[in-house]
Amino acid sequence: MLDFLRQFWNRDSDSSRQIAKKRLQLVLVHDRVNVSPSLLEALKEDLLEVISKYMEIEEEGLEVNLDRFENSVALVANIPVRRLKRSLEQGRLS
Amino acid sequence: MAGRVLVVTSGKGGVGKTTTTANIGAGLALLGRKVCLIDADIGLRNLDVVLGLENRIVYDLTDVVEGNCRVRQALIKDKRTDNLYLLPAAQTKEKEAVAPEQMKALCDELREDFEYVIVDCPAGIERGFKNAIAGADEAIIVTTPEVAAVRDADRIIGLLEASELYEPRLIINRIRPQMVRKGDMMGIEDIIEILAIKLLGVVPDDETIIVSTNKGEPVVMDKRSRAGQAYNNIVRRIEGLDVPFMSLEEEGLLTRLKRALLGHS
Ligand SMILES: Nc1ncnc2c1ncn2[C@@H]1O[C@H](COP(=O)(O)OP(=O)(O)OP(=O)(O)O)[C@@H](O)[C@H]1O
Ligand SMILES: [Mg+2]
Repeated sequence: MLDFLRQFWNRDSDSSRQIAKKRLQLVLVHDRVNVSPSLLEALKEDLLEVISKYMEIEEEGLEVNLDRFENSVALVANIPVRRLKRSLEQGRLS
Repeated sequence: MAGRVLVVTSGKGGVGKTTTTANIGAGLALLGRKVCLIDADIGLRNLDVVLGLENRIVYDLTDVVEGNCRVRQALIKDKRTDNLYLLPAAQTKEKEAVAPEQMKALCDELREDFEYVIVDCPAGIERGFKNAIAGADEAIIVTTPEVAAVRDADRIIGLLEASELYEPRLIINRIRPQMVRKGDMMGIEDIIEILAIKLLGVVPDDETIIVSTNKGEPVVMDKRSRAGQAYNNIVRRIEGLDVPFMSLEEEGLLTRLKRALLGHS
């Protein structure tokens, strides 16, 4: 509510202040990942573990990257699937 | 006695590291602390000029490290306060003449005699930066409310962490409250939210800094200056006191509402 009021009074969503903030947030997503490639590596491993519960995937083909589009940054993963597990129960159990 | 070693750093050049170092040093000395400032900006020495001590230099940091003189001989005593000293940078020597291990040893030697050792870091993230942070156990990051400066500050936070300097504190320099209000400049909350780091203080963009730098007198000694007050608050926060942020530093909702209702900018 307070935030709403603030927004209302300021009406500054396209002020240069807001533009600066948005640009900064975007550029930092990239910078921060660049500083630690180990972070993406760790994410990959965790993803593998979770997805493996549900399907068999080709570990060597797994690709995880941050991609930048016009106004946003997206986590893009390419995960080649070898085989789906037969049932959810079976997946959960393994 | 084992004093604290602080490094003042930023990544981006020209955001106010040297001004900050001089004022924090002078401010702490005014409180009676024994302070030694080290200018680690080899080749571009500035701290001596900001403090008005440029005519007294005989030896420099590189001389000390190379063993041409003892530390005591290179230290310059401040004109105004009894307990403020400066170890100047070399102006015409190579940065490579000083190594991080030597800086660490020097800082450790100085902290035996001083309550605070404050290192003015050069811009950049190369050798000079590595030297400057080598002996520090706390870091102060200076930024201005601009995209490039905040971005560099973020990079520095990462590099400091990689060197096991955790929880640096932030000084936002050259803020212009009116521009923030009009939506033309990033505000304190914006920057803190993005960097996710503790705020040590906010210094307004202030002409008195230029005047005092012209005279070689740290602005913290000028009781009437807004920037001087801001540095004073910062100094007391470094000392561990809980000092509230000045009104310009904190744009509360109430002020905003009042302004919105009364209709002046
Ligand atoms: N709050 C302020 N208001 C007005 N002028 C300021 C303020 N802070 C710094 N300045 C001015 O900005 C200039 C750069 O400041 P300073 O030399 O302290 O930056 P620096 O980060 O040490 O630069 P460098 O990276 O070159 O070492 C100086 O002319 C200084 O007087
Ligand atoms: Mg400087």
